[in-house]
Amino acid sequence: MEVSFAMTGKGYVLLAADTTAVHSIIKVKTDVDKIKELSPHLLMAYSGEPGDTVQFAEYVERNIRLYQIRHTYPLRPPSAASWIRRSLAESLRSRNPYSVNLLLGGYDTSTYTPHLYWMDYLGTLVEVPFAAHGYGSYFALSLLDRYHDPEATVEEGLAVLRRCLDEVSKRLVVSPGKYKVKIVDKDGIREVEL
Amino acid sequence: MSIMQYNGGSVIAMVGKDCVAIASDLRLGVQSLSISSNFEKIFPVTDRLYIGLPGLASDVTTLREQFRYRVNMYTIKEEREIEPQAFAQLVSSTLYEKRFGPYFIEPVIAGMQKTPSGSYAPFIAATDLIGCLNFAKDFVVAGTASEKLFGVAEGLWEPDLEAEDLFETISQTLLNAVDRDAFSGWGAIVHVITKDKIVILSSSAFISPGLGLAS
Repeated sequence: MEVSFAMTGKGYVLLAADTTAVHSIIKVKTDVDKIKELSPHLLMAYSGEPGDTVQFAEYVERNIRLYQIRHTYPLRPPSAASWIRRSLAESLRSRNPYSVNLLLGGYDTSTYTPHLYWMDYLGTLVEVPFAAHGYGSYFALSLLDRYHDPEATVEEGLAVLRRCLDEVSKRLVVSPGKYKVKIVDKDGIREVEL
Repeated sequence: MSIMQYNGGSVIAMVGKDCVAIASDLRLGVQSLSISSNFEKIFPVTDRLYIGLPGLASDVTTLREQFRYRVNMYTIKEEREIEPQAFAQLVSSTLYEKRFGPYFIEPVIAGMQKTPSGSYAPFIAATDLIGCLNFAKDFVVAGTASEKLFGVAEGLWEPDLEAEDLFETISQTLLNAVDRDAFSGWGAIVHVITKDKIVILSSSAFISPGLGLAS
């Protein structure tokens, strides 16, 4: 069962997603990267219907890249979020809609602010201080209500993230074993080992 | 559960003496799980015209963008701002265009309408999800707390309220109705529009006692 979290901190956004690929009741892979790097300062964690997820993520990735090639500068996080939302909203009322849920984290290099967006397959878009998708949200959101601090340092942010992952491991019946954690800040994107 | 209740949220508009008010809650949820306590559903159309869009959150954004586009086109072509009456018709036709695959939104419109004599008169209207217009002289409600809003508004509203009193009336109506609805709440926002284009925007998060959860 897929789990993904994200939160903002002082000048950064943290994203975490599990790394398991499931087929029926079988774990077929445990090292899948479900967080795409859309541009130098933009990350997207995706989950949902297998097949749709990768297809849609790559579609978004190529279009964001195309914009950057055409205009020299990449789309800023709010604009990228709006474009992706529109793609999903149009897809929803098409013959076969994408069932993809997203967390979009980015650092706006023009205003020096981190942005985090929660988006679902219906095309619902909202900017949030922290977010989660999947069964993990039932545990993580209440923890984050209590412990999230938008002014937290990276170390403090990772400690709160650790709490969320531990709680999921402890209480969720079929919890994922491994997570990939990525961070985006003024210096760009990097992966973090927990 | 109906798609209209999926994300939750409510909007109300009221008429006062030479003023109108429109207010909404700020919750966005997925069924009973709250995702955000800062999801605005009321948007400015002109300086003295606002629209509230309760319903499916995806369509809130889609319709907001759609109306912005159509109002901009109207402004360019007509070389004047759109009046509330005309905008209500635009909303109605936009929704009826999708009669057999509708947007899941029940818009509420509030503004000051220019009269032939050059003064301004309060205007409110609401439609259902396929654009059936309802022009009211007192108040209009929509969203998951609409039944409760009707009840409280029926008890509190009176004719010819001044802007300050209208603000108090609409705020108390919204807050008390929303407290009895599990799908609405988590902060509120009120806009009061007066004739001289002045918009008192009394903002966000006066969260009702005992619900101090929202961050």
